[in-house]
Amino acid sequence: MTHAAATVDQMRPPYPAERGLDVYNTKLGMWVFLASEVMFFAALIGTYIILRFGAPGEWAKPGIVLNIKITAFNTFLLICSSVSMVKAYAAIQDGDPKKMRFWLLLTILGGATFVGIQVYEYIHLIEHGFVPSGVREGSELAELVAKGQLPAATMGLYGSTFFTMTGFHGFHVTCGVISMTYLYLTKALPGKYTKQSYGGIETVGLYWHFVDLVWIILFTIVYLI
Amino acid sequence: METAHKRPNYILIWVYLAVLTAAELALAFKLPISPNIKLLLLLFLAIWKAALVGLFFMHLKFERWNLRIMAIIPLPLAVIFILAGMSEHIW
Repeated sequence: MTHAAATVDQMRPPYPAERGLDVYNTKLGMWVFLASEVMFFAALIGTYIILRFGAPGEWAKPGIVLNIKITAFNTFLLICSSVSMVKAYAAIQDGDPKKMRFWLLLTILGGATFVGIQVYEYIHLIEHGFVPSGVREGSELAELVAKGQLPAATMGLYGSTFFTMTGFHGFHVTCGVISMTYLYLTKALPGKYTKQSYGGIETVGLYWHFVDLVWIILFTIVYLI
Repeated sequence: METAHKRPNYILIWVYLAVLTAAELALAFKLPISPNIKLLLLLFLAIWKAALVGLFFMHLKFERWNLRIMAIIPLPLAVIFILAGMSEHIW
């Protein structure tokens, strides 16, 4: 609890701040970028909602097509990596670069595992016949469509929206893993982050938490509803 | 301007997120309730989780208002976009 109750000063920017916002430029730039990312994902999610509720028929039940268990585990993994990222940030704020490197490495591994599991999920789905254009002819899912257990009319919409949304999110996670690995190798390992200078960790952390936040929404909308 | 504040208990936030995720799964697949209520509850839980991440992991709770506003402004715009699209295609 002493750690949790420790008084810190998270508003103090590691670099000279701009007047007015009192935020250093890199952090402000990341927030502007994230604001544009909100609009980007809103467009994808909005399109999905419009297509789903305006679809000419029933929408496929996610539990029949998708592997919810493995994705639920992946969701938990991304939440854990978000915690490890914020722990890395807290560690460098406390002036402990060794602990910061440990938590950052854990975050990178969590993110890479998330991407690996998503690739495995895609391969599994495509093998079973779920493709961006809908259902592949002669596949296991095509039989379910023929039996009437899956709606033929909306499977194309479902496939294209599913792969677009999760694909773009996976791309963002991949970019995050690459960025964190770059920072780990070029800044964290050589000991360039200190208690006074840790802007890179905070900025990449903001991006990483945003990616986690988007997945929380996507998981509910695509996999649970 | 510098503001000192207590650091949030990140592990406690993590526990909240894990419990809410488990609740979402139970709600989606185990509880026999009406689909409309289920939809509303699932969206509520997702927004709750997203708010926890934004407020405590991204530290929006501790930022100044001008930065918070910058982060929040795209959200109503996104809702307007979705509602406008729905009105065009559905109603």
